[in-house]
Amino acid sequence: MADLNKLTIADARGALRKGELTSAELTEDCLRAIEGAGALNAFVHDTSEMARRMAAAADARLKEGNAPDLCGIPLGIKDLFCTRGAPGQAASGILKGFVPEYESTVTQNLWDAGAVMLGKLNMDEFAMGSSNETSVYGKAVNPWRRKDDDTPLTPGGSSGGSAAAVAADLCLGATGTDTGGSIRQPAAFTGITGIKPTYGRCSRWGIVAYASSLDQAGPMTKTVRDAAIMLGAMCSHDPKDSTSADIPVPDFEAMLTGDIRGKVIGIPAEYRMEGMPQEIEALWDAGRAMLRDAGAEMRDITLPHTKYALPTYYVIAPAEASSNLARYDGVRYGHRARLSPGDGITEMYEKTRAEGFGAEVQRRVMVGTYVLSAGFYDAYYNRARKVRTLIKRDFEQAFAAGVDAILAPATPSAAFGLGEMADADPVKMYLNDVFTVTVNLAGLPGVCVPAGLDASGLPLGLQLIGRPWEEGDLLNCAYALEQAAGFVAKPGKWW
Amino acid sequence: MSIDTTTAARVAKLARIRVEEDALPALAAEFNTILGFIEQLGEVDVEGIEPMVSVTPMRLPRRADAVTDGGRQADILSNAPDAREGFFAVPKVVE
Repeated sequence: MADLNKLTIADARGALRKGELTSAELTEDCLRAIEGAGALNAFVHDTSEMARRMAAAADARLKEGNAPDLCGIPLGIKDLFCTRGAPGQAASGILKGFVPEYESTVTQNLWDAGAVMLGKLNMDEFAMGSSNETSVYGKAVNPWRRKDDDTPLTPGGSSGGSAAAVAADLCLGATGTDTGGSIRQPAAFTGITGIKPTYGRCSRWGIVAYASSLDQAGPMTKTVRDAAIMLGAMCSHDPKDSTSADIPVPDFEAMLTGDIRGKVIGIPAEYRMEGMPQEIEALWDAGRAMLRDAGAEMRDITLPHTKYALPTYYVIAPAEASSNLARYDGVRYGHRARLSPGDGITEMYEKTRAEGFGAEVQRRVMVGTYVLSAGFYDAYYNRARKVRTLIKRDFEQAFAAGVDAILAPATPSAAFGLGEMADADPVKMYLNDVFTVTVNLAGLPGVCVPAGLDASGLPLGLQLIGRPWEEGDLLNCAYALEQAAGFVAKPGKWW
Repeated sequence: MSIDTTTAARVAKLARIRVEEDALPALAAEFNTILGFIEQLGEVDVEGIEPMVSVTPMRLPRRADAVTDGGRQADILSNAPDAREGFFAVPKVVE
């Protein structure tokens, strides 16, 4: 077989178990694809030696029989995950040279299942961004281009490297994290599938923290089935994360029947935004028709506090970030500024953080500091937490009225050009997350599925939002949508 | 609510991020844009609404008060910018 890197996880699993290919061969094809894809700047730390060792171990395990689903499957890992002995710096200068002495629970679960680590993937610094342009490694580039146009496009963010790598077949799947849309928006921009599970499904232990009450890890894959397989391996109850849910992880893949007859799909009126491109609206309409044809009932619903989700997020996330990122002080790990004679510890902190953090991270840390400071805590932070309660209540009321899942666009546009937003004010960039951020604030699972191409040939995604802990049911709806949409387009190789 | 350069300087100080004097006006302007966006939250009626503490209704788990890890001095110091004699080293803190 040629180009094994183009396989889905499910197909590779079948072939590995039948002995039609080895993990070593599969891994070599991925490493070769990565080597030839420098122009995408998706992989930023090479762990090929580790990959070869892990592939050999997986092959031994496959020979013994009874290998888990992910045994021998080569994956890319977002730079936010701490992986023992392999560099990880959350795409930040402040963690330059950091080599974790421990393994994140999610990656440990993947390695326990026999998966192979190909390398670490580009992202926005500390996962703060929607275009992968705030990375210390430089921009990741979308493998997709507009028809007859060489303009380099963003793969989205913050999991931009993960999205580009999966879309370009550099790996079979990748880990992402999602604090305000960082799995779903890049998945939509690159024509792949991505799911953010319910808050508490995946342990946050060992994942560099951005906003702890919103951060969740999830898989980014070529198909819904692959997402179900990989999510199952990532989830677990973990005593090392006090917010990790102590509930069983179901067999998500077994729930993919494609039968959604009788399911009630909510269509939220508030997601029909003013100025929304006609193509996004048409895609949303098409998605409704597909789910209706599959036997689901469409129901108009209202989520009245939707418009306050972004401002709420931009209080809560920076507040938590300012607290989480206080640990980067030049004492225990990462960068320390060169000091001048007479500089004391305060100068060391201030210079280290000014040199180590990029502009967007500095901005969010300072906004967070401000909204938590004496005199503003109630007006900003406490008010935002109250509005967050209302946003969650909107969803609870819809689910209580019988809605099984909610269908919405994933992004307000297709992928935009790198640098196109450089002169825009920060708020304009924040608007990218308008359809995704509500889900994080309410702690719900959300999945993005590629559903069509726009007039310039770029992929567009649809989002389904599910009830808490019902990822299996949600993935089944996504599976039905995937089958109906029949999205098979791939980016033409130019890199 | 408008942020001036004095407030911007105070916030930078609180956040322990050095911002040069000439960068303060631009920083203050950015804060004002972001805070202007956040101001919308003032429109929402939050009377009687509890601020969210945990997105999932759950009791904080507890465990036995026992040592579960330790004895890893070398691991912990392995990434330190400056470590001496088994300790993190920093500029003089106490005169």
